[in-house]
Amino acid sequence: MAEEVVKFKVTIDGIPVEVDPGTTILNAARQIGGDIVPPAMCYYSKLEGTGGKCRTCLVKVSKGSEKDPRPMPKLVASCRTTVMDGMEVQNITSPDVVEARKGVVEMLLINHPLDCPVCDQAGECKLQDLGYEHGNEGTRYEFERRTFERIDIGDKIQLHMNRCILCYRCVYVANQLTEEREHGVLNRGDHSEISTFIEKALDHDFVGNVIDVCPVGALTDKTFRFKNRVWFTKPVDAHRNCPTCAGKVTLWYKGDEVLRVTGRKDEYGEVEDFICNTCRFETKHTSDWTLEEPTPVDHESVIGANHYLAFNPPSVIHENKKLQLANEEQLARTERLK
Amino acid sequence: MGRKLLLEHINEPGIQTFDVYRQKGGYRAVEKALKNMSPDDVVEEVKKSGLRGRGGAGFPTGMKWSFLAKPEGVSRYLVCNGDESEPGTFKDRYLMTHIPHALIEGMIVSSYALGTNTSYIYVRGEMMPQIRILERAIAETKAAGLLGKNILGTGYDLEIYVQPGGGAYICGEETALLESLEGKRGNPRIKPPFPAVAGLWGCPTVVNNVESIASVVPIINDGGEEYAKIGIERSTGTKLISAGGNVKNPGVYEIELGVPVEEFIYSDEYCGGIANGKRLKALVAGGSSVPILPANLICKTINSDARLMTYESLADGGFQTGTMMGSGGFIVFDEDQCIVRNTWNFTRFYHHESCGQCSPCREGTGWMEKVLYKIEHGQGTIADIDLLWDIQRKIEGNTICPLGDAAAWPVAAAIRHFRDEFEWHVLHSGESQSRNYGLAHYADPIKPVMQ
Repeated sequence: MAEEVVKFKVTIDGIPVEVDPGTTILNAARQIGGDIVPPAMCYYSKLEGTGGKCRTCLVKVSKGSEKDPRPMPKLVASCRTTVMDGMEVQNITSPDVVEARKGVVEMLLINHPLDCPVCDQAGECKLQDLGYEHGNEGTRYEFERRTFERIDIGDKIQLHMNRCILCYRCVYVANQLTEEREHGVLNRGDHSEISTFIEKALDHDFVGNVIDVCPVGALTDKTFRFKNRVWFTKPVDAHRNCPTCAGKVTLWYKGDEVLRVTGRKDEYGEVEDFICNTCRFETKHTSDWTLEEPTPVDHESVIGANHYLAFNPPSVIHENKKLQLANEEQLARTERLK
Repeated sequence: MGRKLLLEHINEPGIQTFDVYRQKGGYRAVEKALKNMSPDDVVEEVKKSGLRGRGGAGFPTGMKWSFLAKPEGVSRYLVCNGDESEPGTFKDRYLMTHIPHALIEGMIVSSYALGTNTSYIYVRGEMMPQIRILERAIAETKAAGLLGKNILGTGYDLEIYVQPGGGAYICGEETALLESLEGKRGNPRIKPPFPAVAGLWGCPTVVNNVESIASVVPIINDGGEEYAKIGIERSTGTKLISAGGNVKNPGVYEIELGVPVEEFIYSDEYCGGIANGKRLKALVAGGSSVPILPANLICKTINSDARLMTYESLADGGFQTGTMMGSGGFIVFDEDQCIVRNTWNFTRFYHHESCGQCSPCREGTGWMEKVLYKIEHGQGTIADIDLLWDIQRKIEGNTICPLGDAAAWPVAAAIRHFRDEFEWHVLHSGESQSRNYGLAHYADPIKPVMQ
């Protein structure tokens, strides 16, 4: 006889969902989908131990569980807090959360150089999205921003520490995918710096994935550097028989030319499979690949602008008065873009 | 004179050596606990004593011990937090320097109560002399058969190791301390799991302050109930207070909890009043991270009750008009001190010590420091004060560990109580560079709040 599967019932912004015990609030929200999913800059489901650092995914737990209905005293990081049966969570319906998130976004941006016009990540940058959704138009920071020298990590990857938001994702990649620990954080506080120890080049087969996991433009592909803006390129899913990795990638075309190769990312910017450096850097001809289909692109993405889907608000919002109210500001903005 | 439990024999010549300490009745608690009591009896005794953590948060030690998970076949650890780095606090260093065996004795009894066979004393890296002293004390104790294999023939084994810290304030946070002890970068862990379930190397761990562990000795010697008779209500026992700033006699004092703050500052037994006949302006009662109080809220609470040196009385009035016991770093400011400069100085410390793991603290502490520097140096605007308030509000409560809160509270309290001094710095930018704001109206009696 199969054991009865215990499911926890969680309510996020008034929408109930049943999830397995041990699921985090963030993943429960992702099962619902739509605008109630807290943004995550540092959490990466494929990397063990990530999360809890950027604080953009803060949510309010207004009811702890069925057994202990007390609310949690502070806002909690949804990516690292597991659900309890009967838990009630407020994300965009709580003004406290929206306010705190706005604060976090402001903090993330005060030392960011805002050099989007020359940044390769522009157009697919999580910080841009976040700044657009939650940030203010101007900044209240009037001091000099911290600056660092650019560092080459191997001959294919460049680190712009100025743009880094210290999400630690690349550190986890280096720790978990590669055998030796050569990549870590130096110093502390706002002088912290991602670095390979003594600028030692990382030449592991999978180290290119630090580019994919970087939510901002701190780690960029030198073979793609300044080649093109991402919104002028067209993503196409493709695969090849690769001896080291699964070989499932997205090719970014400009005309007939493959400008860059990345892992296949889902709607939260997380790759399906980590790909090897050969796939990423060496095989840039259509003849190397078996093409599948154009990559589906989020309707709000600048990459999709002009040639993909029309605006279609997620169904959860259609049906829920409370969410519509909470989301009014953001809906109005997307309406303008239609 | 109040009773002294920890520092009773502090003036005895040679008390730092094993022989003198033993002569003065040292290691009685080890004999009593190991020979006549079960580990649960010891925990029960500590619970009865009402001892509260002396490191800052004031969490009941007995309760913390009873939370320790005890799965079969998994080792447990006791870690003593000697990473004392809070500006204004220097009580643990005093204890470790002058009476190291009190800590070692407490460690043995506590380890026995928790059933650990390996215990660590994590001492701040800058305190090299204290580390040497503790290591010597451990060697002496071992030679006397009170530490090591089969202590006093009871079959209980214990090893104590001293670990120098890496030189960071953040390593005083318990999970960062454990990371550091494991040899990693001292970043606080995300809780849960709490150390009582998964701490050092994933094993159940208790982390206690130096003074809390040393306080276990008198509790076992005299019994928990006897210990609980000292103090008031839920603040029991004695506490080491490190008094500094503009007082006549700065130093470490052992007080019975419940001494009025006024008596502590002005009585000759303790601080002896404000130095050079000046007037009292402000007080930081428990180390730099607790809210600062203006003169009119120090000796009396908002309801005109006398403020006492207890966890509850110092916190009377919450964050609006109260402060906290904290770690006992008692910093007194006289009328010549500038609150803006002091707040800037504290914030500079937190900016320097933020580990950089989570965004609000990493970016916010630096931002606050820069804004405060600007105001202090006469280039601020009124809007900057509001900005500062807004920044601290967005740090507080949104970070992984309490360092964010510790950085936000002093700024919040300074603006709450001393806003006109900040405004004076802005509006009289020239004058503020050449003289101090002085006492102003901060000592004026306040009207009790009518409900």
